[in-house]
Amino acid sequence: MTRLEFMQGNTACAEGALAAGCRFFGGYPITPSTEIAEHMARKMPKVGGVFIQMEDELASIASVIGASWTGVRAMTATSGPGFSLMMENIGYAIMTETPCVVVDIQRGGPSTGQPTRAAQGDMMQCRFGSHGDGSVIAVSPASVQEIYELTAKAFNLADRYRVPTFVMADEIIGHMRERIEIPDAVEIVPRRPLEKGSLPFAAGEDGVPGFPAFGNGYGVHVTGLTHDERGYPSTTDPHVHERLVSRLVNKVEGARQEMADFEVTNPDAEVVFISYGAPARAVAQAIHDMDDERVGHLRLRVVWPFPDFALALFKSARVFLMPELNLGQMAREAARHTNVPVVSIPEIGGELHTPDRLIACAEGYL
Amino acid sequence: MNNFQDWFRQDRLPHIYCTGCGNGTVINCTLNAVNAMGWTPENTVFISGIGCSSRAPGYIVTDSLHTTHGRAIPFATGVKLSRPDLHVVVFTGDGDLAAIGGNHFIHACRRNIDLTVVCMNNYIYGMTGGQGSPCTPLGAVSTTTPYGCAEPPFDLAALAVAAGANHVARWTSYHVKELTKAIHDGLETPGFSLIEAVVQCPTGYGRKNRLRDAAAMVGWMRDHAVLMQRWRRMQEEGTPLPPGAFPVGEFVRRNLPAMGVPK
Repeated sequence: MTRLEFMQGNTACAEGALAAGCRFFGGYPITPSTEIAEHMARKMPKVGGVFIQMEDELASIASVIGASWTGVRAMTATSGPGFSLMMENIGYAIMTETPCVVVDIQRGGPSTGQPTRAAQGDMMQCRFGSHGDGSVIAVSPASVQEIYELTAKAFNLADRYRVPTFVMADEIIGHMRERIEIPDAVEIVPRRPLEKGSLPFAAGEDGVPGFPAFGNGYGVHVTGLTHDERGYPSTTDPHVHERLVSRLVNKVEGARQEMADFEVTNPDAEVVFISYGAPARAVAQAIHDMDDERVGHLRLRVVWPFPDFALALFKSARVFLMPELNLGQMAREAARHTNVPVVSIPEIGGELHTPDRLIACAEGYL
Repeated sequence: MNNFQDWFRQDRLPHIYCTGCGNGTVINCTLNAVNAMGWTPENTVFISGIGCSSRAPGYIVTDSLHTTHGRAIPFATGVKLSRPDLHVVVFTGDGDLAAIGGNHFIHACRRNIDLTVVCMNNYIYGMTGGQGSPCTPLGAVSTTTPYGCAEPPFDLAALAVAAGANHVARWTSYHVKELTKAIHDGLETPGFSLIEAVVQCPTGYGRKNRLRDAAAMVGWMRDHAVLMQRWRRMQEEGTPLPPGAFPVGEFVRRNLPAMGVPK
């Protein structure tokens, strides 16, 4: 029996996390994500979990990573300025293969920018914001229902691939109130524990080592330094670094088909919108209003790793149109993977694209 | 375990510490205290930040996190709150704790979270080659204070007392028995405990400040450390405090409400 509710996106995000078994939340107040922390503060004690408001976002993500090493599902939520502060320890989580979920309710930037207005300006930051090579996973919800589902899913992805996983939402989805169907239970795929006697950072074919949670006698040393399969620092051997960092990247990039999650509308279309997050709603309205099979839509739910192969599904595409709440961040990524022209439709300042504007854009290519 | 040596990862030796470094003494004192508590590698976790002192967990057989610069305490906070039954000990240094990690430090004291923090204060950034830290004494020479340090240093122990920690002590690597006892007291005390261990860094600090080797530095600590009781008496009497002298001993031991204490 599902339960019908009328709920704010940020609340749905927290509820999705709790349903997925999240039992540690370390956070710091920041608009427009604060309602997630507030909801966790109310709910965590009732489910036997931990809520702590840390002294800043550096500490929030650090506490989340520490909690995750005890085997607990752990999460934080923030927005642009706090997200920037988290980059240091997000790199640590990538290097140490710590599963964790970071929610970014995006607002206008750079800097403090527009605290109460929506944006998608952190899409490249979540992918490349921490120094060094590495790969991450990001999902992007387009509704209140979806922020619930994708937050829950983010925990499974983080645990499966042992990598920080981002819920890249925006102020529109975070603050919107919508009808939502809450299921009795969500799918939970727990972390695979390390087999006793195995080296803690030795991985099989999928590149993902088993997880040696603290307090179980593994005696694992975890370091952000380049380390060998025992977890011991080895900072000058080029082969150790090459082997480790290549594995960290390939375990995610090599699984893009496996974790791909997108919707296709009108696969024979000539003019194809690509969208993720809030702009997907304007695209859906435009497609509905145009009622023309020559216009299609690729809507991404998993954004990183980018599903490059999905573009080739539109065999008749003459142009991809990419409305984003930024000046064309993911459009550049899409353009790398196709010979079909990718045209960015940027919108910054906090207002969503209107369906009429998107219809006018599409008609220009028909 | 009967022997503190069983706590070491023998396959990680030799260690990175310079000849004459005081960090090894503090690690030994800490492991002796942990061992005396009856704790085991299965229920004890060591966590550190960045710097010479923070390399310590890498030589210990327990689960351990060697984290980012200054952030050991918030990582430890996450571990402790999720698993209050685990004993969590933080190794840090003066640069890690007082400079880049200063905010985390005072907030952990305020929360009075059940951690024991052992700070190896060598007055300098050792790993990067001897730059001035927030604990470098006025006038001391370092690679970034070539004309003498112009900034007054932090008093880490006093800071922890003011910020609300339940247990605070300071000793030096000369005072091995007292230091071990103070760490043991910290491990026993529910809530936040800071043990500041002043250590010699002959390589990065001593050579620039007329203390050419480890023996000279340890001798300097012996001569300038003043027992807390005597220090307080001298202050009350208005007796002038000798130049370079600093108090050692227990600064505070109290039972304020604490977080993360196992039920």
